[in-house]
Amino acid sequence: MIEVIDAERCTSCDICVNVCPTNVFDKTDGIPVIARQSDCQTCFLCELYCPEDALYVAPHADAPCPTDVVALRETAALGSYRRAVGWTDETRDLRGIDRSYLLFGH
Amino acid sequence: MTTNGRRAEQRPAPGGSVEFDADVLVIGGGPAGTWAAVSAAARGARVVLADKGFCGTSGATAAAGTGVWYVDPDPALREAAMANREKLGGHLQDRRWMARVLDQTYQDGNRLAAWGYPYPVDDSGKSQRNSLQGPEYMRLMRKRTKQAGVTILDHSPALELLVDDDGAVAGATGVRRQKHDRWTVRAKAVVIATGGCAFLSKTLGSNVLTGDGYLMAAEVGAEFSSMEFSNAYAISPAFGSVTKTLFYGWATFSYEDGSVVPGAASKGGRSAIARALLQGPVYARLDKADDNVQRDMRASQPNFFLPFDRTGIDPFSERFPVTLRLEGTVRGTGGLRIVDDSCATSVPGLYAAGDAATRELICGGFTGGGSHNAAWAMSSGTWAGWGAAVYAGQLGPARQRRLASAGTVAFRNRSSRAFEPAALAEAVQDEVYPYELNYFRHASRLDGALARLDAAWADASAADAADEDNLLRARESAAMLATSRWMYRSALARNESRGMHRRDDYPDQDDRQRHYVTSGGLDEVWTAVRPHADASYAEAAE
Ligand SMILES: Cc1cc2nc3c(=O)[nH]c(=O)nc-3n(C[C@H](O)[C@H](O)[C@H](O)COP(=O)(O)OP(=O)(O)OC[C@H]3O[C@@H](n4cnc5c(N)ncnc54)[C@H](O)[C@@H]3O)c2cc1C
Ligand code: SF4
Ligand code: SF4
Repeated sequence: MIEVIDAERCTSCDICVNVCPTNVFDKTDGIPVIARQSDCQTCFLCELYCPEDALYVAPHADAPCPTDVVALRETAALGSYRRAVGWTDETRDLRGIDRSYLLFGH
Repeated sequence: MTTNGRRAEQRPAPGGSVEFDADVLVIGGGPAGTWAAVSAAARGARVVLADKGFCGTSGATAAAGTGVWYVDPDPALREAAMANREKLGGHLQDRRWMARVLDQTYQDGNRLAAWGYPYPVDDSGKSQRNSLQGPEYMRLMRKRTKQAGVTILDHSPALELLVDDDGAVAGATGVRRQKHDRWTVRAKAVVIATGGCAFLSKTLGSNVLTGDGYLMAAEVGAEFSSMEFSNAYAISPAFGSVTKTLFYGWATFSYEDGSVVPGAASKGGRSAIARALLQGPVYARLDKADDNVQRDMRASQPNFFLPFDRTGIDPFSERFPVTLRLEGTVRGTGGLRIVDDSCATSVPGLYAAGDAATRELICGGFTGGGSHNAAWAMSSGTWAGWGAAVYAGQLGPARQRRLASAGTVAFRNRSSRAFEPAALAEAVQDEVYPYELNYFRHASRLDGALARLDAAWADASAADAADEDNLLRARESAAMLATSRWMYRSALARNESRGMHRRDDYPDQDDRQRHYVTSGGLDEVWTAVRPHADASYAEAAE
């Protein structure tokens, strides 16, 4: 489930509020809040749309998993999914490297 | 193709609501809905698309990504593609439909290339088009839908359909959940593209899929087909949501003590995993993947690795616990019955596409996951959008039709007893999740479950109208409940095992039951049997 909005990175653009399919976030005057965490479906899509890599979705689907943002910043986790699908300037080339055609029919 | 200049018109409306006049309303903005919208707009229709979430991220495809039944138009390849799953599907597929879906998917897949989808190129320089990355694909579909002049309403779940005096479908209403108001779209035709029903099991991207479109369609009298084939379960790490199953083809499954679960496999051995899970935890390790395969896996499905990378598990060398999450009709094949080539339902003005519609015509009773469902979403979307636009065109200029709301459960004040959506959703889950009820079916157990579900329906339909804050959840839980009843009633009507429908009391396939089970009804659920196309041709020839 969604666990972290990194206040240091977030620019309050509200994109995550808009794109989350299950309407987990609420707008505020500043940084959005995780208003309905239990509605989160752990789809990781908000991470892909956050331009600042300020969001972190823990992979645990059924229960919250409190995550320390300071420790998280030490890892490469923030923005890792966005980089992996090629949605950052530096990783653009990864958009076209799907090798599924070699794996189907196994 | 860009905007045709004809947009749905926004009309003056009382405070707290917005209203539009359109030719075609598409409900749901996954692949089926966006292809339908683009197709209807191309036919000159003014189109509104309303999605519960955000068109572009919402639904199973956006989160998961899909293999696609995209096959080059080489007769031998096409023949092999059609023959491939016929046996698994219990020979309920229809060759004519398979051929048309292969044709349409080929065209739509190539249109995606023309629109800029970054298909990979293989070592021989060939563009490979049988896989789509979910976020990339659906971001592109949103863009094309907008460019086609379609009005998109995000975070706008539809709650009920509108009908005219003749019972033809004429629009829908819903809520704009971030604006806390209502929307109404008057339309000459409606396409239901709300996806399947996965019963809030947290299978990837599917918690928006609660069968809402089924409920709305049933309220105007639509019929369903193949609802017994609705017990698809998918493998995921026990703690996680990522039910991507292809890579489990390289897995070894084991018990707690490390010994191998006999017969367990992702394909052709999933029931062995379910049986083992009834006894205790089951573990997987993808130990059959060599270095090359591991590299290709990472490149192909970045989302598959999120649960592992974020918990420090190396899935290739370490065992991790797995579970099976119910995917209901999402990777099952049941849904609204299609009555003609334009994907019309049995109700005038109402069309169905994608997982909202039955996929029996190309999948029979076996899962459409892995390739067929994605092909069906594109093809049926394209046809339903076109069909709805043609129907709308034939209706002529907007007559002043008197419209009535068709919603029932959760809209009526009946008993001064509150509607409790969360409790109802859990009660349904208790009847549909357990492997001993739904994976391995038996008349006596189905009877018990149905008695409880029927009682829950009587309760829910006698409860009071849900208040604004609870209305969406109430309708979702009622839709899950209705779906479960068509599902189990149909399961009882098929006294054999076929496709994914497995009856412990009838373990074999019975040649005399090579037919379809139709179902419908809300207060009274009914089933009936329809012959398979081959049988009807045979009769006609006699
Ligand atoms: C993990 C996973 C992997 C899969 N892999 C494959 C694969 O490899 N190959 C394959 O062929 N298929 C696969 N499938 C199946 C495939 O994803 C679906 O068949 C496909 O997404 C169906 O498209 P759709 O547009 O009908 O539904 P969806 O993509 O589910 O979209 C439905 C849309 O309807 C909206 N909606 C729901 N209710 C309402 C309402 N009341 N009002 C307004 N909007 C509403 C939702 O928000 C959503 O946007 C997979 C499914 C899952 C879960
Ligand atoms: S998308 Fe990212 S930067 Fe924008 S508001 Fe959300 S968390 Fe902040
Ligand atoms: S993971 Fe998905 S459901 Fe959860 S907050 Fe992010 S976008 Fe929303």
